[in-house]
Amino acid sequence: MTKKNPELIDKLADAARTGRISRRSFMNYSMAAGMTASAATGLWGTSAKAAPTRGGTFRLGAHDGNTSDTHDPGTYLSFSMIQLAHTFRSYLTLIEPDGSLGPDVATEWSAAPGAKEWTFKINENATFHSGAKVTANDVIASMNHHRGEKSTSAAKALLSDVEDIVDNGDNSITFTLSSGNADLPWLLTDYHLAIVPANEDGSVDWQSADGCGPYKLVESELGVSYRLVRHDDWHLEGAYFDEIELIVLNDPNARQTALVTGDVDAITQLELKTLSLLQRDPNIEIDNVPSAAAITMPMFCDVAPFDNPDVRMALKHSINRQEIIDKIAFGTATMGNDFHHSPAMPYWPDDIPQTEYDPDKAKSLLKKAGAEDLSVDLRVADSVFSGSVDMCVLYSEHAKESGIDINVIREPNDGYYSDVWLKQPWCVVQWGARPTPDVMYSLAYKDDAAWNESHWQNERFNELLLKAKSELDNDKRAEMYREMAMLANQDGGTVIPFFPNFVYARRSNVKHGPELAASWQMDGARACSRWWFES
Amino acid sequence: MGDIVSLIGKRLGYGLITLLVISVIIFFMVEMLPGDAAEAILQMGATEENLAALREEMGLDRPAIIRYFDWLAGAVVGDFGVSITSGEPVSAIIGERFVNTLFLAAYAAVIAVPFAVILGIVVALLRNTLFDRVANVLTLTSISSPEFFLGYVLILLLAVRTDMFPSLASLSADMSFGELLHRTFLPALTLVLVVTAHMMRMTRAAIINLLSSPYIEMARLKGTPPLKVIVRHALPNAWAPIINVIALNLAYLITGVVLVEVVFVYPGIGQTLVDAVSKQNFPVVQACCLIFAATFILLNLAADVGAILTNPRLRHPK
Repeated sequence: MTKKNPELIDKLADAARTGRISRRSFMNYSMAAGMTASAATGLWGTSAKAAPTRGGTFRLGAHDGNTSDTHDPGTYLSFSMIQLAHTFRSYLTLIEPDGSLGPDVATEWSAAPGAKEWTFKINENATFHSGAKVTANDVIASMNHHRGEKSTSAAKALLSDVEDIVDNGDNSITFTLSSGNADLPWLLTDYHLAIVPANEDGSVDWQSADGCGPYKLVESELGVSYRLVRHDDWHLEGAYFDEIELIVLNDPNARQTALVTGDVDAITQLELKTLSLLQRDPNIEIDNVPSAAAITMPMFCDVAPFDNPDVRMALKHSINRQEIIDKIAFGTATMGNDFHHSPAMPYWPDDIPQTEYDPDKAKSLLKKAGAEDLSVDLRVADSVFSGSVDMCVLYSEHAKESGIDINVIREPNDGYYSDVWLKQPWCVVQWGARPTPDVMYSLAYKDDAAWNESHWQNERFNELLLKAKSELDNDKRAEMYREMAMLANQDGGTVIPFFPNFVYARRSNVKHGPELAASWQMDGARACSRWWFES
Repeated sequence: MGDIVSLIGKRLGYGLITLLVISVIIFFMVEMLPGDAAEAILQMGATEENLAALREEMGLDRPAIIRYFDWLAGAVVGDFGVSITSGEPVSAIIGERFVNTLFLAAYAAVIAVPFAVILGIVVALLRNTLFDRVANVLTLTSISSPEFFLGYVLILLLAVRTDMFPSLASLSADMSFGELLHRTFLPALTLVLVVTAHMMRMTRAAIINLLSSPYIEMARLKGTPPLKVIVRHALPNAWAPIINVIALNLAYLITGVVLVEVVFVYPGIGQTLVDAVSKQNFPVVQACCLIFAATFILLNLAADVGAILTNPRLRHPK
């Protein structure tokens, strides 16, 4: 039992009261401070409760906007459009602040055994801003916008398993899949799959920018700014602000200055290098949320020397992850353990032993593999993430202790993902957050996936992946994902140093609930309907 | 005067030919970029099928030459086509932003041009004094610093530290004119600092150049005060090079301000061009580049006409 640390507990209680930390990190830190879980839960409950108040105009400065953006959900690309989409449109399902799956336009859903048929009941109270009710017809057209031969949607691959969607006539619809997928309700949170009004011919009317979300779009200058007012008939709880102004601020310095001078109330994506300076400002609160985005270093498991599991394990033991998180991510990251399943995803197994930095163990593994004096090339480009080249150089210094020579090769930014990734035996990759482990593993770890970036072939892993995909029993599923994590951790070909956090900031008069969704920045891109001004 | 009219006519004709050549170059340069608009939009989500469908929708499945002549046929009657990413008319996308750019350029020019010319005259008068040196060092420092750096320094001093001006120059339709001037003051000031040195030093050099001429010597000998010597006797002969430099700087105020737009989040045309290039949105790139090219052509023409009008010898050629 660790000793209690009263000073830290006081600080935590204070942080919880002012909403500076999420419930998840609060619980973690409380355990570290020597509290029991039940005591920590109690402390959280007494300090962090604050009732939301309505009113005010929320001005949000968002990064990544482009004057070529469009309101077509099929080609949503930039973060500012994703943020806007979650403010004026709705989805069938949504990710709640605590990371669970919740209802949006669909009130409830159920699967037939085998998970090949899914039925979603549509909320009777859901209305478009134009006043029309959201019907099964609208939902089906919205989904079909991403399906079929003529579809130009980037989400087409996501729905490729969907064979048919039918209207049951009782305000519910049924998806038929070609193979069982227990994750379908999670997939429907994808930002492309927004509900838009249907035209008479079955196509959708995205051009009019009519939505059924918490706010109505009244002014829209793409890539510049958007003004929205509350949709009083919205079907869910929230939407505390009267009006929203979403302003695109691509320059990190412009964003931070605007926040410091009070020109905006909140901003996305902070520059980590200046985080400590911004933290000193008493008017600003920083939200630091562990996410499911990941940095990976895939090695080709069918190319020497990576074809030897002992060599792969030696390289995993030769990286000092804590130092990389401290120096490269400025502390804003969750440690990786070489399985691509972050604590921000459902079914995360918390009992996989952490692969530690252990040069002696690495040396003995290399001896066993007969690969002493190992020398390998690691390819990286500046554009992978801020600090990516520095991270590789630091890793190469760590690996020297194990007698491994990592030769860091800096590739040009242009064409990195077409010329280096999937082509070179070892490189660095950044992955965006995916909602479930199945989506992630099927995309980049399945034996025959086009993006199997490590060429990893593990029979048991692939068998479990298929079984878990159609398993509707959550406990059984979690157990399968635990075993898969174990396999990836021990045998897999990917070094995962860390999962980067989402780091964003707000003026201290802006408040939010005890937890923040980890699917996107700004509380799962739903800050506009979930946050409020302190009265 | 007839000479000038025919000169303007001739130069405008050449200008049109230049624009045509530029449009060909821009079109094929955009074509040469790797990938196309469909790939730029779909990125990781691209599959063969949705790429093909999107290309068809954007009209990218037709040969490049045909697409160019299609565009040209529209352009000669004033229709610059529709943006291939959003389907909106190019004029709707660019129109308002070009007005914003012109406004900012005009705002900066109204301050910078008189300021630079007067400062140039003053330093020519006080040449080689401490004031001359200080003015030179300061203006050269501001022209040598990158614009975004100047912008950040101004934001730090005038927005963050003293809160005199807003750091964001975002515009809204219901702003009063005074509010507009206040909101866009920092970007305008940045531009003023960037263009002043060039115009001021040219004014100074052109005047000093003339000061050793015999007729100036004469004016001085007959007892004309130094200020009058410069303003009445030297300046009229110095206008031609000064007007040329002013025209160049005005063109720069319209075409070269993308960094200032980014730093102050000003919705001008530079950002539109950068975004359109990154998405390979050819009709928008083409329209922006032609506007820029036309700006240079017209301002150069204006400079030449101005130089002729201020110089009697050019006005009445033998």
